[in-house]
Amino acid sequence: MKVSVNGREVTVAAGSMVSTAVAAAGVSLYRRSVTGEPRGPVCGMGICFECRVRIDGREHCRSCQIPCVDGMEVRTDV
Amino acid sequence: MGESFDVAIAGGGIVGAACAEECRAAGLKVVVVEPGPVGGGATAAGMGHIVVMDDSPAQIALTRCSRDLWLARRNSLPANVEYLPCGTLWVAADQEELAEVHRKKALYDGIGVRAEVLDARSLAEAEPHLRSGLAGALLVPDDSVVYPPCAARHMLRDIEVRREAAVQLSGQGIRLRDGTFLAAGITVNATGAWAPELTPGIEVRKRKGHLAITDRYPGFVTHVLVELGYLKSAHSTTADSVAFNAQPRRTGQVLLGSSRQFGSETAAIESHMLARMLRRVREYMPEISELTAIRTWTGFRAATPDKLPLIGPVPADPRLYLATGHEGLGITTSLATGRLVADLIVGRTPVIPAEPYLPGRQAEAHHEG
Ligand SMILES: Cc1cc2nc3c(=O)[nH]c(=O)nc-3n(C[C@H](O)[C@H](O)[C@H](O)COP(=O)(O)OP(=O)(O)OC[C@H]3O[C@@H](n4cnc5c(N)ncnc54)[C@H](O)[C@@H]3O)c2cc1C
Ligand code: FES
Repeated sequence: MKVSVNGREVTVAAGSMVSTAVAAAGVSLYRRSVTGEPRGPVCGMGICFECRVRIDGREHCRSCQIPCVDGMEVRTDV
Repeated sequence: MGESFDVAIAGGGIVGAACAEECRAAGLKVVVVEPGPVGGGATAAGMGHIVVMDDSPAQIALTRCSRDLWLARRNSLPANVEYLPCGTLWVAADQEELAEVHRKKALYDGIGVRAEVLDARSLAEAEPHLRSGLAGALLVPDDSVVYPPCAARHMLRDIEVRREAAVQLSGQGIRLRDGTFLAAGITVNATGAWAPELTPGIEVRKRKGHLAITDRYPGFVTHVLVELGYLKSAHSTTADSVAFNAQPRRTGQVLLGSSRQFGSETAAIESHMLARMLRRVREYMPEISELTAIRTWTGFRAATPDKLPLIGPVPADPRLYLATGHEGLGITTSLATGRLVADLIVGRTPVIPAEPYLPGRQAEAHHEG
């Protein structure tokens, strides 16, 4: 299936998590801390909240916990 | 024997801190006694809205004077105080509340507080996430928001703080839990909702509040939003109540409040009250449901029967001062409180008349709004 990461289309296997699609798009900056430091996935299991991205306009979604859906639009570092 | 001070203050919340700062500025030797973190009581729990309130003439005088003092120092506050000059929007849901907007506007005009009436459309433009169909609002542009614990810490920057609990308080000084006695010319009880433990018999009761804060959603709200129905619910001195109050923070987070409850002495979240409060928020801002809350907690206001704080000497012991009972306004009114306490101690003309707040006052007849 295809999802868009920061406007760029990537193809991932069905069942992949959004964090995988972001990595597949070559993006390592998922979000920024309150003081502007770069952040990306740490735990991979929904605990650390470091992997948050915008999915279809919705802020602060934990990308390691949400499976990709065909046509999804993902934005990092927003 | 221990050391001696001009002024010994029990309680390192924002009120004790403001008293300490003003006394020190008046040239007095000051010590503050605080067993916990500075600003860790109600000061950490509350919402940090700096606001002019008009319940009674004495409340107007105190909040107005305090807001002027905050405005005067806004440029010298450190960044971590997160001073945000966002203004208040008093939101009117219907025509009856809109009449209240006009009454408030006339009153504020009369005392020189800038205020502007917004019609339904301007309100929707100012805050697009409010539901449609609201009647209007009163914008008070010079109100603001601060992060209170850092403000308290800033006020205590040059002041000696003893990390011990006070176990006994009198006009002679403070006895600490470890047995040390701090002798003082004036002793101040600024322990907020805990004040009756050190000065039994004073009429201060705990009034619990629930709060929630969201993740960062910059621009979701841009003013402090308060429902005008708040006046009706906050005044009721018996029933538990909730009111819609949403504040923008410098971080982009949205701070949501609040509930009012007497008789609940545990800090635990009561889910029925929290749920009621959040439902009230959602009635005004349906899209709040899309946001993630990252923390919920409670705090205790120090409430008095006539809704005014107790500031000044107690009649039975003129060297023992109270500075407590600020209920839901102590962040705002900390500054005038500190100034008044210092004025009374050194014998200056008080910044505003002190009588309405003196502990020995005759309780002003209070009408339920
Ligand atoms: C839900 C809620 C929302 C609020 N929103 C606002 C708002 O928007 N704007 C506003 O202006 N105000 C607001 N307030 C009110 C404000 O938070 C309080 O009025 C203010 O923090 C009171 O400060 P304080 O220093 O008197 O008390 P506290 O901050 O409670 O400080 C008292 C201190 O005394 C210490 N202490 C206790 N016992 C002893 C002892 N034996 N010896 C020594 N120290 C002791 C405690 O550790 C504590 O640090 C709100 C309050 C609540 C609960
Ligand atoms: S990586 Fe920790 S929550 Fe997603």
